[in-house]
Amino acid sequence: MASLPATRAAAAPAESAVIDPVIPGDAVASGRRHVLDLDDFTAAEIAGVLDNAAGMREVLGRDIKKVPTLRGRVIVTLFYEASTRTRVSFEEAGKILSADVINMSASASSIEKGESLLNTGLTLQAMGVDTIVVRHPHSGAPNFLARNLGRVSVINAGDGTHAHPTQALLDLYTARNHVGELAERKVVIVGDVLHSRVARSAVWGFARMGAQVTLSGPRTLLPEPFTAAGWGDATHRNGSENPLASVRVEPDLDAAIEGADLVMALRLQSERQQLGFFPSLREYIRRWQVNDARMARANPGALLMHPGPMNEGIEVSTNLAHGERSLIEEQVTNGVAIRMALLYQLAGA
Amino acid sequence: MTTAETNVPVLIAGGRVIDPSSGFDGIADVLVGDGVIKAVGPGLAGQVSADDVRVIPADGMVVCPGFIDVHTHLREPGFEYKETIATGAAAAARGGFTTLCAMPNTEPPVDNAAVVDYVLRRGAAAAVRIRAIGCVSKGRRGRELADMEELAAAGCVAFSDDGDPVHDSGLMRLALTYSRDLGLPISNHCQDHALCPQGVMAEGWVSSRLGLAGIPAVAEEAMVARDIALAELTGGRLHLAHLSAAGSVEMVRTAKSRGIPITAEVCPHHLMLTEDWALGGHGDTAATGALSYETQTKVYPPLRRPEDVAACISGLADGTIDCIATDHAPHDRASKECTYQDAAFGISVLETALGMLMQAVHDGGILLPTLIDRLTLGPAQALGAAFAPYAALVAGTPADLVVFDPDAVWRVDVNRFASLGRNTPLDGVELRGRVAATLVGGRPVFAEPDLLAPDLLSTDFSSTDLLSNGGR
Repeated sequence: MASLPATRAAAAPAESAVIDPVIPGDAVASGRRHVLDLDDFTAAEIAGVLDNAAGMREVLGRDIKKVPTLRGRVIVTLFYEASTRTRVSFEEAGKILSADVINMSASASSIEKGESLLNTGLTLQAMGVDTIVVRHPHSGAPNFLARNLGRVSVINAGDGTHAHPTQALLDLYTARNHVGELAERKVVIVGDVLHSRVARSAVWGFARMGAQVTLSGPRTLLPEPFTAAGWGDATHRNGSENPLASVRVEPDLDAAIEGADLVMALRLQSERQQLGFFPSLREYIRRWQVNDARMARANPGALLMHPGPMNEGIEVSTNLAHGERSLIEEQVTNGVAIRMALLYQLAGA
Repeated sequence: MTTAETNVPVLIAGGRVIDPSSGFDGIADVLVGDGVIKAVGPGLAGQVSADDVRVIPADGMVVCPGFIDVHTHLREPGFEYKETIATGAAAAARGGFTTLCAMPNTEPPVDNAAVVDYVLRRGAAAAVRIRAIGCVSKGRRGRELADMEELAAAGCVAFSDDGDPVHDSGLMRLALTYSRDLGLPISNHCQDHALCPQGVMAEGWVSSRLGLAGIPAVAEEAMVARDIALAELTGGRLHLAHLSAAGSVEMVRTAKSRGIPITAEVCPHHLMLTEDWALGGHGDTAATGALSYETQTKVYPPLRRPEDVAACISGLADGTIDCIATDHAPHDRASKECTYQDAAFGISVLETALGMLMQAVHDGGILLPTLIDRLTLGPAQALGAAFAPYAALVAGTPADLVVFDPDAVWRVDVNRFASLGRNTPLDGVELRGRVAATLVGGRPVFAEPDLLAPDLLSTDFSSTDLLSNGGR
């Protein structure tokens, strides 16, 4: 795997044996420069990231959470939307790896003065930034930056209704830690799939790892192509592989959840109700809330995930969210490890 | 342009002359002088002295009436950084178009005689004939009718709120009724916005993959159905702009079979490109790499499925669709250098139209004479009788004509565009079929140096005779 010998050599020899992260030797350094979505990750590459994250988890468990791996690297978090866990976890991941992390928010920069996304990106590149972690309300904004900036790595921290690949990777990592290999495991994703970048990336990731994914929710919140005839074809009409061919749609959650190993509840944004996608919160809760009674229909030991922030009592019951089946807090911890792994791998590419 | 130059006769020698208005299709010479066609027939070369005429050798080329575009955005006044009437007309000349009908979504919009006059005066000094389309509603706001009588008297050749649909069904009914005695068509951009809130591309697999809000075909079809019903009710002249969906084509076919007098247009991009082009790689989705979110493919109505492309081509071939319109929509660079959601709708089409359309001919989807009909006689008939002379290639008609090589292969290079709008997904793409020369009123306004002698071209368009030739 690619490493950063110069940086490591600069670390004090006495310390380096202690603080160097333990990273499996066969982890995949793909030569990848950007992380835009999971749709261009192979199963082997995903497994490599998850393996690297395991090493990073070990670092997170230490008393002194600091390694010199990315010393001298500059990371900017460029957020055009509000965020708590994603932004903070990227910042924490970068700082644990000794990178210099600069946080930019749209409201406190030249973006307020109307600077375009392109010019903001070019400006950051000209300042010698190595990595831009971007969140943007428009789908494809990270792809746009990656296409137009020749010298920086771009990591997608959530774009519009397109993708949230680091969230999906931490979900995969969390799931693997509990259920082992994901192949043939049954995963149910329930809620507003239509508008969810988390769901889109999770579908790609779980399907790529061989899991059996079922989508559930009101039909108005399931993307039309998923429910249209021909969706399940093994190949797209132009002959390209359709890795989502195995994805099933079952609007009835009670039926969908039968035999599930993992249930992922998605955040329900209240404005969807105002726009008429479903009639009332009451009806939504009755039919699609994930709670103890519904989890009883899943496999014994089935676990709950939620990407946060959570509407307790709406998409998931409070009891379940804070009960022993919940992986929600662990997802947050793993988010730091996954982002450390990605920052490390991109720096070595 | 000097009088002497205007009077130099031109002989277009040895081309395949195709004139849908007369049904003529054969090898012939065309003699042009005094701004009109003097004669069409074999062996004219032997009847004139080479010293007296300028000869355009057209062996292997097609000679036909100049193309008439019923739907062009020239952006002037108001958006001169995107296009001007002069640059748009120069682009038209390169593309074989000799008449452009300028859409009224300018700033200010063309909703009164003063703005019509401005457009026509600017147009009179341009390389090709410029006609003006007036607004349906005041300020294009969709609330109350524009002064349609005044617009017609000022020279408008049609009405449209294009860029936006006439949403209000009641207003559309009134427009079709009020305009009946003016004899001018109402061109509607059919798109029910309630069915595509924030939509930026066709709804389907690709939009879902990209996480972009979709525009379902029914958003177009619902308004096409409404407008056909209103045309039947009112007896008004309905022209359906830029149809993109198979369902719309079928509805027009049914309406025409019932005798409802409507006309319809399709655009070159909807006959060649599919939604897959948004992924990048010029539509080749087997290509690997990150999704490109190609903003150059963002256009209203959106690029759709291959089935829709096929339906539009077959509708054009069987006459369901009357004409081809470019919906040339030039934009500045910044309007496309942004996220897909932020990008402006529109493609700069004039200079690539023929090459795009010829793909359907080369693929066997439509016959060459039929295609030429849909670029000349079809739009002239949709507009009205005043346009008939400009769609004919017979003695006495204005010498608006195009010479093109149907087989010349060339690579699109936006840096060579005359249009200020370099916005096309076709940059770098090879097309087969290329304009060699364009004449307007007998004057060569464009000649491709690779294909013809460069000294043919005259560049001074200051004459005002184009305006006096025109009018409706």
